[in-house]
Order: sequence, then structure tokens, then C-alpha cells
Amino acid sequence: MIAEIGHFALILALSLAICQGVLPLLGAHRNDQSLMAVARPAALGQFVFVIVAFACLSWSFLNSDFSVKYVADHSQLALPAIYKFSAVWGAHEGSLLLWIVILSAWTIAVSRYSQELPEAFGARVIGVLGLLSCGFLLFTLLTSNPFERLIPAPLDGADLNPLLQDPGLAIHPPILYIGYVGFSVAFAFAIAAMLSGHLDQAWARWTRPWTTWSWLFLTVGIALGSWWAYYELGWGGWWFWDPVENASFMPWLAGTALIHSLAVTEKRGLFKSWTLLLAITAFSLSLLGTFLVRSGILISVHAFATDPARGLFILTFLGIVIGGALALYAWRAPALDSAAGFRPLSRETFLLLNNVLLVIATTLVLAGTLAPLLIEVLDAGKISVGPPWFEVAFAIPMIPLLFLVGLGMHTAWRTQALQPLLRQLKVPAVIALLVGGLLPGLVYGRFGVLVTVGAIAAFWVMSVALIQPIRSLRRAKGTPGITRAAFGMSVAHFGVGLFTLGVTIVSAFTVEADLSLSPGQKVEVAGYEFELRSLKNLQGPNYQALEGEIDISKDGVFIGQLRPQKRTYLVQQSPMTEAGIMASWNRDLFVALGDPLGNDAWSVRLQYKPMIRLIWLGALVMALGGIIAASDRRYRVNATARQKAAVPSGEPA
Amino acid sequence: MKPRQQRMLAVGLAAVGVLIATALTLRAFEENMMFYIEIADVAEGKVPQDRNFRVGGLVVENSVKRVPGELELEFTLTDLNEELVVLYSGILPDLFREGQGIIAHGRLNDDGDFVADTVLAKHDENYMPPEVADSLARHAPDKAADAEQ
Repeated sequence: MIAEIGHFALILALSLAICQGVLPLLGAHRNDQSLMAVARPAALGQFVFVIVAFACLSWSFLNSDFSVKYVADHSQLALPAIYKFSAVWGAHEGSLLLWIVILSAWTIAVSRYSQELPEAFGARVIGVLGLLSCGFLLFTLLTSNPFERLIPAPLDGADLNPLLQDPGLAIHPPILYIGYVGFSVAFAFAIAAMLSGHLDQAWARWTRPWTTWSWLFLTVGIALGSWWAYYELGWGGWWFWDPVENASFMPWLAGTALIHSLAVTEKRGLFKSWTLLLAITAFSLSLLGTFLVRSGILISVHAFATDPARGLFILTFLGIVIGGALALYAWRAPALDSAAGFRPLSRETFLLLNNVLLVIATTLVLAGTLAPLLIEVLDAGKISVGPPWFEVAFAIPMIPLLFLVGLGMHTAWRTQALQPLLRQLKVPAVIALLVGGLLPGLVYGRFGVLVTVGAIAAFWVMSVALIQPIRSLRRAKGTPGITRAAFGMSVAHFGVGLFTLGVTIVSAFTVEADLSLSPGQKVEVAGYEFELRSLKNLQGPNYQALEGEIDISKDGVFIGQLRPQKRTYLVQQSPMTEAGIMASWNRDLFVALGDPLGNDAWSVRLQYKPMIRLIWLGALVMALGGIIAASDRRYRVNATARQKAAVPSGEPA
Repeated sequence: MKPRQQRMLAVGLAAVGVLIATALTLRAFEENMMFYIEIADVAEGKVPQDRNFRVGGLVVENSVKRVPGELELEFTLTDLNEELVVLYSGILPDLFREGQGIIAHGRLNDDGDFVADTVLAKHDENYMPPEVADSLARHAPDKAADAEQ
């Protein structure tokens, strides 16, 4: 009964989504107030029914209703309650439903916080979001219904994939999706602007906070995914250039470019059509990513063909959304652009370079991800593109970008004289060269080209990011301090520096050893002694495990014990490695059990990972910068002021 | 310099930069792209020289041999027709089992054995790497159907 209610709620949500998608757009076109007024109530109604459907599916999971096929396939009686709940989005059907819920929530947020938008514009934005929602609801209902029944119901379910039974992965998809789906708002703003044929600086000011919020969620989502892969996949890597990871990374890169391009559009009214194109690209890549991950095409081109209904729908939907948006772009965008000059040495130039480099990086990642698929489709053999390629290809545009960050941040709009810029940047440059050039070698005892370049870039970005906040602290009384937007930018760029430093140090100075250890045996890795004390069996709620006790000491002083496990999940009989990790600010010690080697010995992987925490810390600091920037006063104050005065205010603060 | 010359210079420099970047990327692509070679072709010696490639097949039952207590091991891969001995030192993936389909990265040594630096097994009991499924279907259609049961 509950499942049928959920199914029915989804159908009602679809009907409302159709109203929300069609009527307001029609109303905006005909300037018909009553049709435009449908937008907000329809969005609210759709949200309610989507939530009902989601609640029904969650209820089915929590009560282990195995007569629902999706529940039977992805849950089991002994599964802990939290994972029964997170199993809702553990596979294809449920994650589509989660996507729809989040899209609907973003729509509600837009209709709530964008009251000051011109009526026709708001109606168009909500209408476009409604159309996207239609597509996803249709896809779910026609090809991937999570409420499909399985009669007779099995006595127990097939269990959730053990990899997903982890707190990190329980929250990773929702956060990531909030980011992914958030780009639909920027997309809808872009489409609405092109439909109305009107794009001014106010448009960029409305779009910016939404873009920044979704970007920062995406940042946190990707960082969570990387952190999870690090401790749960068992082998200590933090990024694998796996197609699934790339699928989330491409929209991030395009979104980062969009944030920077929006800054130019807001402040200077330039790059308008470019910004529109990036908004379309960021969202298209989100869609592409979702479908790449969810359609099975990555496992094999043939798996895609085994379910032609899904494949065909996906391709058609992608074709309509991306093709439609680009067609509209080709038709309308040229009329929107405005010409204004800027000198070669100006912030505009640096932001242009930023965009070019980020787009190159996105294209390279896309090429590397799709090349194996393309070559297989063309029947030209089977290849794989490994991480080394991505590392080289990604570094080519990124290293110059890191050095340009510092210049761009301190260059004025329109035109900048060279001498004052150089004078400002002298101190950070000296700091970067000295600290970045010497510190890694002094601390870790080895110099290298890549380490030096990476560390100099990292300290350069961090020190230039500090200039403005420091100057603001030391300013004379009564003079205005740094704006939130500028402070947010400094914080986010500081995060980029931390991240770069983490990546550089981890890549260069990780020590990794695969060894054979038997109980009582001691080995030394990177100055730490690891002693395997014992191995014992233990019983978890839905798994059995073998646990190793490994004592770690440094210079003869005991510093702690790690207990890595080798688990066997009972229902699926699948083995899992649970690593033992001892974390501290400047290094992680990582221990994972391999296989029994005979004679009581086990293969063990021991790793020393210096500064790895900086990678995720850097990402969090970037996101924090995003929060600070998105909460800048002008996004709220100017909006209200404009509503009162009904005259657009001039250049924003 | 006149503005026009300046512009031409900028465009020229940008074009050179793009060309160099493209060349580097393509070169790296070529170096890092790994071909999948079927066991039958390996047996005939049709393998890329001096670079890694991928092979895949089923791990023959009872073929995993190791010296007790050591990391080194060897096992035999089959496409149900030809066989290939694989040498590996390190930790096997969780789902490595005899009878399972796996993929290995590496190259041949002088004895014609495959020295693997990476062994991959997917995280799913019933998963058959698509390349392996293809080879099996090609070389031993009836046996492949049995193996997939």
C-alpha cells in the first residue's frame, strides 16, 4: 500500500511539474499574469508530492518491505537502520528519486528567495526548472520505478553493497547531488535570460550566489567522495581518475570557470555570452555525469545496450536539454553581448585566462574519460587511459593557473599599471620562493623539480591570498574594511593553496610498503615501527571479520594501536578490507590487511602519508570561502533596495 | 609596437602554446594508453614491445602457487582455450578468486610469462570484465556459457 502511495505521489508530482514547466513559460511569453502566477504554487505542490514519494520509499526500506523489488535488491533485515535509510539512494532508481527531491528543493529555494526578480523572469526560471523535473520524473516513472513490486516477496533481501555501508558514503551522494543539481539553477537563469532577450549586470548578481552555493556543495561532495575512497576502498589512494570521479569533477571545473566569469559579467557587464555558455556547460556536464555513472555505460558499452529503454531515454533527454539550450544560445546570445574595452593588463584578462585554462582542463578530463568509450564504439580496439595520463594532462593547464591566481587577485578592473602590481606582489613572491623552494627539502630531506614547483605554487597562492585580509586588519580607523565577497575569495584561494601543498607533499613523500608479516614480527617503515601483535576473529551485525592488532611506535615509544579488518559480508559473501588509519595534522599512518600467505603470515600494506589531511582541509576551506562570498551583503541589500526604488542601482559595492 | 602587431604577437604566442600543450598531451596519451590483448594473441606473440598492456581471463582453479610466507605468487589465466602464466608480487584485490574473471596490467618476460604490476578484480561476485566476457565468447562459446552460470 505504502509503495503504491509513493508511486501515485510521483505521478501527481509529474502532473504538477508539467503545469510548472509549461504554464509559467507560456504566461511569460504572452505577458499573462495569471499563468505566471501558477509557477510558485505548482513548484510547492510538486515538492510536497516528491517528498511523499521519498518518505514512502524510506518507509519501505526502514520496515524491510521486500515486496518492493528495489528494497529487496538493496537491503536486508540485519542491515543497521542508518544504512537501511541511506540504501534509499544506494542504487539507480533511488538516486534518481533523490535527484528529483533535491531539484524540487532548489526550486522551492529559488521561488522563496527570488521574490524580487521581475515577475516574468522568475516565472521563466521556475518554468525551466519544472521542465527539467518533468524529464527526470518521466525517466523514473517510465524506466526506473523504485516502487515496482516483487511478488511473492523474498524472506530476506540481497543486502546493500558492502562498500556503501559506511557513514561517509551515506552522506556523500546527497551533498554531491545538491551541488550537481544546483547548477540547474544557473542553467535556468541562463535560459530565462536568453528567452527574455535581456541580460544585465543585475542578472549576474542574482545568479552568482546560487552558483556559488551549488559550487561549494559540489566541492564538499567531491572531497567526501575522495575521503571515503581513501579509507574505504582500502588501498590508500585519494583520487583515481576513475570515470565516476571524473564525472563529478568535470562539472566542478566548469562551475569554477562559471563563478569567475560571472564575476566579470557582474562587475563589468562583459563576457555575457561566454557566461551563458558556461552555465549551460556546467549543468550539461552534471547531467552527463549522472547518466555516465547511472546508465552502466562505463562498465561496458554493451551494458548500455542491454537496457535500450533507459539508454534511449537518456540520450534523447541529453539531446533535448543540451541541444535545445545550445540552439537557443546560438539564436539569442549574440544579441546580448556588449562591447566594452579593457587593457591587456587588467583583471578581465586574468579572469579570461582563468576561464581558458579551466575549460582546457575540463576538455582534457572529458576526452580522457570518453576516449575508451569512443574507441570501443568505433571498434578500434579496447584501451584504457590510466591515471598517469590524467596527471600530466591536468597539470599542464593547472600549474600556470596557480601562478596566475596571485596576479589576477590583485589586478584592478579595466586597467592596471605594472609597477604598483609588482610592488604589491614582491613580498609574497619572495616568501613563496624561499619557503616553497626550501621547506619540503628541509622537512623531508629530498629535493625535486615537481615538489619545488608544486610547493612554490602552493605558498605563492596562500601568501597572495593573505594580502587583502592582512591589509584590512591593519587599516586606519574609519576606512572601510574588506568586503565579504573579497574576503570569501581570499579564503577560497587560500584553500586552493592548502590543497596544492597537500597534493604536492603526498605525491612526493608517501612511503608505501607491501610486506609479509606474521604475529610477533616487527618492521620499520618511514621511521615508524609496526608490530603485528595478533589476529583474531570477530562478529559484526551482518559480517564476520578477521582483525589484526598492530602496535606502532616511533623511536621506541609506543604511539598507538591500529586494528585493520578483513570482513566478509554474509549475504553477498563479499570480502571487504577495512583499513586502520592513525591520523594527525601532518601525516597519516595507514595499515591494511591483504591475504593469508601461509605459515601464519599475512600480506600487509603499510603506508606513511604526509600532509594528506591538507587535501580535504583545502577543499573545505575553499567551500568556506564560498559560503563567506555568497553571504555578501550586496546580494541581499541591493535586491531589497531595488525593489523599493524600482530603479536599478548603479555599480555595486 | 603597434596595437595590431601586439595582437598578432599575442595570438601567435597563444597558438604556439596551444600547439605545444596539444603535442605534450597527445604524447602522454599515447604513452599511457594501454591496449587490451587477448590471451590467444599473447600466445602468438602479438604483443606491444617495451610497454605495458592488459590481459584478462579466468583464473584457473588450483593454479595459484606461492612460497609460504612470501608475497610472490603465480597463477594461470585462461580464455578457456589458451593459457598464460602470470607472475605477481603484492597484495591481491579482495575479489581475486580462482575461477573468477580478472584483468592484469604488465608485460611479458623473456620466458613468455606475464609479469603483472597490477591485478584488478571488480567488486561484484558475478561481475565478468567485459573484455574477458568477449574473449571467452569468441574462443569457447559453449564453455563460456557454462562459466557464466
